[in-house]
Amino acid sequence: MSAAPTSVTIPRAAEHRAGRWRRNLTFDKISLFLVFLGLPLALYITFVVSPLIQAVSYSFTDWSGFTADFKPVGLANYVKILSDDTFQKAMYNNALLAIVVPLIIIVLSLALATLVTVGGASSGQIRGIKGAGFYRVISFFPYAMPAISTGIMWSLIFDPSSGLVNGILTGLGFSNFKSFPWLGNIRTAMPTMMFVIVWGFVGFYMVLFIAAIKGIPAEIFEAARIDGAGRFRTAISITVPLIRENVQTAYIYLGIMAIDAFVYAQALNPQGGPNNSTLTMSQELLTTAFNKGQFGVACAMGVVMGLMTVLFAAVVFTVNRVSGGKDRITLA
Amino acid sequence: MSTQVVVPVRKHVTAAERSVAVSSHVVLSIWAVIVILPLLWTLMTSFKTTSEIFASPFNLPAKAQFVNYIAAWNTAGIGKFFFNTIFVVGSALVLVMLLGSMCAYILARFDFPGNRIIYYMMLGGLMIPIFLAIVPLFFVLRNFGLLNTLPGLAITYVAFALPFTVFFLYAFFRQLPYEISEAAAIDGANEWRTFFQIMLPMAKPGLATVAIMNFLGLWNQFLLPVALNTNQKNYVLSQGLAAFASSAGYDVNFGALFAAVVLVVAPVLVVYVIFQRQLQGSVSQGTMK
Repeated sequence: MSAAPTSVTIPRAAEHRAGRWRRNLTFDKISLFLVFLGLPLALYITFVVSPLIQAVSYSFTDWSGFTADFKPVGLANYVKILSDDTFQKAMYNNALLAIVVPLIIIVLSLALATLVTVGGASSGQIRGIKGAGFYRVISFFPYAMPAISTGIMWSLIFDPSSGLVNGILTGLGFSNFKSFPWLGNIRTAMPTMMFVIVWGFVGFYMVLFIAAIKGIPAEIFEAARIDGAGRFRTAISITVPLIRENVQTAYIYLGIMAIDAFVYAQALNPQGGPNNSTLTMSQELLTTAFNKGQFGVACAMGVVMGLMTVLFAAVVFTVNRVSGGKDRITLA
Repeated sequence: MSTQVVVPVRKHVTAAERSVAVSSHVVLSIWAVIVILPLLWTLMTSFKTTSEIFASPFNLPAKAQFVNYIAAWNTAGIGKFFFNTIFVVGSALVLVMLLGSMCAYILARFDFPGNRIIYYMMLGGLMIPIFLAIVPLFFVLRNFGLLNTLPGLAITYVAFALPFTVFFLYAFFRQLPYEISEAAAIDGANEWRTFFQIMLPMAKPGLATVAIMNFLGLWNQFLLPVALNTNQKNYVLSQGLAAFASSAGYDVNFGALFAAVVLVVAPVLVVYVIFQRQLQGSVSQGTMK
């Protein structure tokens, strides 16, 4: 769902009430707990937790879904998918997306956020740019749009014969782009998909980073300026280290998105693109489950996706720590 | 050759400073064009006939083809999918806000054994890809007789939107002062009344933010309906649009396809314009510590 990267830690103000808990078990409180906690939990366990656990256990069976009997096959499903050319290709594509897309989005959105917050002309104190609100409102909209319509819109824009991109390029005199199939060419299909994903997400992270940069006390920027640091130097040496935690959160969320990437892949190349160049694990999983009926294998693919997500988060945490994130700079 | 009149007391903004601002504006404007131009082009093209679309991507339509919208709404079924989506998202939104705030309230305001476990179980739901659960979920819904039904889809939406809702509102309920609920208890309000008449109204700003985020998330949801709601008459907008786009390759009513894209984006644009302040505020809130 639309999970905004949030991190909130609040002191446990309720600690002093702990003792009262057992003494106060009135009917009032019991009924409150049953309904308030019981209903949401029942729903959550039935539709989220239990399918997750089932998926892991089915991944070790030859379950085809529609028959009641299935037998354990050990790691056979994993061996099968990890040695399968198509799934390997899909894994490679998702890994590529997870490495490249978050990097581009974060660099671009940080750069734009920096321009908005410190790009204004000023003497003395560094100012934000005029019309910052306008740029923010415009940039954020692609994130609010349904991702599927973003994808379909861009597939129409990249259309070989009637699309805007080839229209502009041929208009500029590049006649070899007359009917260039951006999404149908092995070399350009993947970069095109990456571009579309970047377009959809930069604005959101730009707004996020603007908020984070505004949270840095102005005195720090002033001090840097008095010491003679230029804007670029300030951005690299002051802003980025101070909003490091936000960057890490953004990285992880974008990685989770890139390991999925289903909507964009499906909108741009439902069949996986030329030579499976934009095929994602998610597309392959749905085909395996609902077209081929190999539910055990599909569950194993889901587990691989889950493991890749965990691995990605672990790598981001480690890189952040090793590169100095552990020396936490706090302003409190 | 600056001809401006500078009030003498003010310090002069140097030329270098001004060039920084100008180049910032140039870069940001280029970005704004990259964002807006595709949207405007899609809007313009949605009024062209198919032959006009293939003639040139730049020509304005000779006559605004509202028939494209009629075709998208009726023939492509966008109208029907629109009402399906309103039903599913509307009911899921009401339910998830109610259940989510109840659950967050209990977790935030009461200390009891297992509180932490439940909280972290919810938190885990934010990180795990839906794909891991999708296959067994298909059979869970089938066993309940909810597969390919709108209520089934709505319930699934509620379950998957729950972690975000609880997580966000947890922080909110945590901040509300304890004196007020204690005062309510002394005045004789029972636990239920305290929640519905005192705590819930106080949490309104948080509820509004979460509701908007959930609305967008659910309205834009694609994977869950594609996997769990395959009966065409129950399609929601996102999957209906995708189905129309993949069929448009055959009957080539491109004008209607562009119109369909506009119809799917338009309600989101309206919500965005009305609530963008809260939306951006909620993003900012995420960075406050």
